[in-house]
Amino acid sequence: MNWSKYSAPLSFYPLAGKMVPWFSVLAALAIAVGLYIGLLVAPTDFQQGDSYRIIFVHVPAAWMSMFLYVVMAIWAGIGMGLKARLSFMMAQAIAPTGAMFTFLALLTGAMWGKPTWGAWWVWDARLTSELILLFQYAGVMLLRTSIDDLRRADRASGVLALVGVVNIPIIYFSVKWWNTLHQGASVSMTAAPKMATIMLTAMLLMTFGFWMYSIAVVLSRVRCVILERESQPAWGNPSAVSEVAEAR
Amino acid sequence: MNRPSLWEALRGVVRRDLLLAMRRRSDVAMSVFFLVIVASLFPLGVGPEPAVLKTIGAGVLWVAALLACLLSLGRVFTADYLDGVLEQMVLIAQPLPVLVVGKVFAHWIVSGLPVVLLSPLLGLQFGLNGEALGVLVLSLLLGTPTLSMIGAIGAALVLGVRGSGLLVALLVLPLYVPVLIFGAGAVTSSMAGIGGEANLSLLGACLVVSLFFSPWATAAALRIALE
Amino acid sequence: MLQAITLSCLRGDRRLFSNLSVTVQPGTLLAVVGENGSGKTSLLRMLLGFLSPEDGAILWQGQDIREQREQYCAQLTYVGHLNGIKDDLTAMENLDLSASLAGDHCDGPVAHAALEAVGLRHQMHQLPTKVLSQGQKRRVALARLWLSTRPLWLLDEPFTSLDTAATGLVTEQLHKHLTRGGIAIVVTHQEVGLPSSLIQHLRING
Repeated sequence: MNWSKYSAPLSFYPLAGKMVPWFSVLAALAIAVGLYIGLLVAPTDFQQGDSYRIIFVHVPAAWMSMFLYVVMAIWAGIGMGLKARLSFMMAQAIAPTGAMFTFLALLTGAMWGKPTWGAWWVWDARLTSELILLFQYAGVMLLRTSIDDLRRADRASGVLALVGVVNIPIIYFSVKWWNTLHQGASVSMTAAPKMATIMLTAMLLMTFGFWMYSIAVVLSRVRCVILERESQPAWGNPSAVSEVAEAR
Repeated sequence: MNRPSLWEALRGVVRRDLLLAMRRRSDVAMSVFFLVIVASLFPLGVGPEPAVLKTIGAGVLWVAALLACLLSLGRVFTADYLDGVLEQMVLIAQPLPVLVVGKVFAHWIVSGLPVVLLSPLLGLQFGLNGEALGVLVLSLLLGTPTLSMIGAIGAALVLGVRGSGLLVALLVLPLYVPVLIFGAGAVTSSMAGIGGEANLSLLGACLVVSLFFSPWATAAALRIALE
Repeated sequence: MLQAITLSCLRGDRRLFSNLSVTVQPGTLLAVVGENGSGKTSLLRMLLGFLSPEDGAILWQGQDIREQREQYCAQLTYVGHLNGIKDDLTAMENLDLSASLAGDHCDGPVAHAALEAVGLRHQMHQLPTKVLSQGQKRRVALARLWLSTRPLWLLDEPFTSLDTAATGLVTEQLHKHLTRGGIAIVVTHQEVGLPSSLIQHLRING
């Protein structure tokens, strides 16, 4: 397969369209099985009761939120290094999904915190870093929408995403440090003493499912972005991109 | 060949900005005044209890310093961008990141240094004692240059963007978190008797990291803005 | 020698020009003309290295300017559409700072002479430029041309808001520059009053 052919947005458009259903099916299956195992098969925790089951959503969401930020920054970096438009479009398409997972992680964290810590919000190191990650996603998306010139918007938000990547570990470390200094929560969210294999299976299945979901969503979003951005030339010569014309 | 030495170029950049600050002293005075007002509002909000004020003092002063720095970020590049001086700066035959360091240094002299110098006075308002005051000054001395370095990236990214004043705050504040934590942490831990050294070293490390990365990122952002 | 080879420029969704090639020999003024929005300024910004061309390359003395940014910058003087002067500083300070930042030789008498040459009387040299008129500010910016000994000048609408006398002075200085073997790229919508043997026209059609 000639990969360079697909780096042109308009040839990537149909390819992405073909891939979306496959990843969606994989995502649905993995999430369904993962939820089944996590919610029904896995044993009840003797300390936390059933409320712990939220971690089957919470932990994979938190992992994905960080993973997607790094992937977004990598796409932005590739875009700036190789001047590839498609890379910037990928970065643009990833941001909302990443922010969604960050929000999901915060929400489920709060839902878990209420019965466990007795408070909706605790300044736990992980939760706090997650909150700041959400701010960073918001910053990248806001900067993009504030700049009218697409080329500039791409590159400026790319610089910000890359700066953010350098910052994430520093922020995480500093918040952790700050948290121990102030003696925060005594029960840490992921420090379950020994995780049963069945729980681990459910967790990994959910992570895989979220991952596949992200790919499916990002691919369909990047199709919209391509349509939006490449519309000008397509108007001039609609027959060259039949599928774009079809999608209108 | 007509080419300024690196030192000449750097000195020229700093000299122009300091000269301009001298001409517009009210700008400098405003951010200092802002700092004093913000710091004085907190006791009015939380009550005059000395014990409470002592606990929150370091954090309040650090947040106030951070906001004062944020407020002055608009001055780093915006005026230069609008009157064409920035274009000329990019055309200087020396590496742009080095010139950026000059700009940031001038910004720090004008907006960071006054904060450092004023902080012991404000610390007294919150009942900080001798050693804690020393650590506060030291932490600000190490931390405010980092704030200027990181802020410059944001200031360069939002050049020519509508609503840039608010946007720069949203972009830069999350990146300020580590500096805030280590800075206020240094004072708090010295008051708790643990000693602020560990936090101060981390602040120093943040300064080094930002000195290393931020000029490149800022230069890249400036080039993007000038396209 | 400055060469542009098959340049094309894309701004947003619009293709401003494509396949533009031009060679400018020493001692020549390239007058870039065209309608508003046709891409004159974009071309100039490409020649300055601010904007990288969508396609094609710009060569200075046979070498791509992107590979020799600093050496190339040391060879050029640019007076843009924006004056590049600070309103709060005096004409003297502005000239002194911009010249010394660029690495041109500039001390008191030289700077005064340059400002005189562009038609600013002595008493204006120590005034903050915010009190000067548009045309006078433009003159302060253009005074750099009297200090520059660089081979390549890039000027964006240099004659805007100048009166006839000042236009004459600048044209004369351009002539001097060309006879020294310099190159000038001038974006303008009015005729440059120089012998046509020195001028090469480039028309950009949007």
